[in-house]
Amino acid sequence: MKKFGFEISKGRQLNFDEMKSEKVEKLLELVPSYKWCIGCGGCTAACSAAGFTDFNIRKIHTAFFRAQYEGLDEQLNQCMLCGKCLLVCPRGVNTRSLIINMRRILANVDTVTWRPQRELKSKNEGGNNE
Amino acid sequence: MKTVSIIGAGPAGIEAAYVLAKQGVAVSLFEKSSSPLKNIADKAFLFPNFAAATDIVEQMNRKLLNANITQHLDTDIVGLVHEGEQGWKLTDNRGNSYYSDNVVLATGYTPFDAHRKEELGYGIYNGVVTSLEMEKMIRYNQIVNSMGEKPKRVVFLQCVGSRDEKSGNHYCSKVCCVTAVKQAIEIKKQLPDAEAYIFYMDLRMWGQHFEEMYRQSQQDYGVRYVRGRISEASGTFDGRVQIKAEDTLMGLPLKMTTDLLVLMVGMEASEGTRCLAKAAGICGEYGFAQSTDPHLGDNLTGQQGLYVCGACKRPMSINDVVNDGRAAAFAILEG
Ligand code: SF4
Ligand code: SF4
Ligand code: SF4
Repeated sequence: MKKFGFEISKGRQLNFDEMKSEKVEKLLELVPSYKWCIGCGGCTAACSAAGFTDFNIRKIHTAFFRAQYEGLDEQLNQCMLCGKCLLVCPRGVNTRSLIINMRRILANVDTVTWRPQRELKSKNEGGNNE
Repeated sequence: MKTVSIIGAGPAGIEAAYVLAKQGVAVSLFEKSSSPLKNIADKAFLFPNFAAATDIVEQMNRKLLNANITQHLDTDIVGLVHEGEQGWKLTDNRGNSYYSDNVVLATGYTPFDAHRKEELGYGIYNGVVTSLEMEKMIRYNQIVNSMGEKPKRVVFLQCVGSRDEKSGNHYCSKVCCVTAVKQAIEIKKQLPDAEAYIFYMDLRMWGQHFEEMYRQSQQDYGVRYVRGRISEASGTFDGRVQIKAEDTLMGLPLKMTTDLLVLMVGMEASEGTRCLAKAAGICGEYGFAQSTDPHLGDNLTGQQGLYVCGACKRPMSINDVVNDGRAAAFAILEG
């Protein structure tokens, strides 16, 4: 087949009418404190990883909340679960639990991007995996 | 004892009249409508404690009855001029004149006319309503979409006619942020299955308990917040409204269909405020009246015997204006 070197770009607009938010509901159930988030970015500002990579925890949980799950599991693996973000959140969101549960939900529900538990463990050696 | 005329029987004017009358001052209260408290009459609940507006209206009406206040209803004051020895001369729309030593301007605000933001579809699509109309729906337990059905989704848009170069109003109207939070909570109380979204540029929760109310709306009522200004609304074939905005926390444009789009309209100087501030030479910005100093002379005007109070100066909440009416009364008693 002949290739013409162009393709149709994917729409970037968020469509709130077609949001699949079961995972969001699940997350709010597991981490009720996330309901308090005001998107201030304190968590990202405090994050040691954010200063050196494109890892942005505020963006990640905002995307999750908007049901934009694509690629999040990959990004979340950069988190060291150090908990610095938890110390600064002005609304008392349990960000660490938020991160762990986002990972869990993404891993359990979406089998394509599922990662064996041991891999998670090895990435967080010495850390609390709960 | 000196005589006082108060123009405007809203909460500010009534409070000032009540305090003065209780001190034995001869007070005349002028109101252009046929009844006092027009702007509160259709409200449901008042932030932040969800006090029933009817209670506040009743209590204020009782103040009017329990004090010796001469009321002039249906009397639109259109002229205000100082005439030396005789003091201030008020003229109404029928050409009658009234004289007094002191005048309190309490002519208040008028809601921004949402038709002026044509792109938001008010007056074009039935699903687009103002915050005043939503307040009425809540009060009378009739929250319905354009088809007369219970809405599944309600979207609030902040800062309509405020903080907007295009409307000619650079200022913030102060009360609409918390009003939207209050109304969203009311909607969730009456219709727990409906979704409520609030689109904001900033959420200004300046008063006591406002921030807590915002947090409560997230925690107990699941009200959702999106930072971004809705740029346009259009009608759908089934009588709903489609909106476009940017989700600025995501950095992505968004679209959403909603049963109701509620425009949180701001406050502008009322016709009476504009006309009388001009007549008395105390025009401030945006048609509001100007006091001499925002800190220590906020009820004074620089004109002997002329005082200002309430939302004729700037956007204020109901508790603000009641206190300010009281303050104006004491400024007069001090001389
Ligand atoms: S610091 Fe807390 S409130 Fe702020 S964005 Fe992060 S989780 Fe949300
Ligand atoms: S727990 Fe993760 S997101 Fe939070 S500060 Fe540490 S590395 Fe950053
Ligand atoms: S109070 Fe809120 S909605 Fe009203 S003008 Fe100010 S920022 Fe906008």
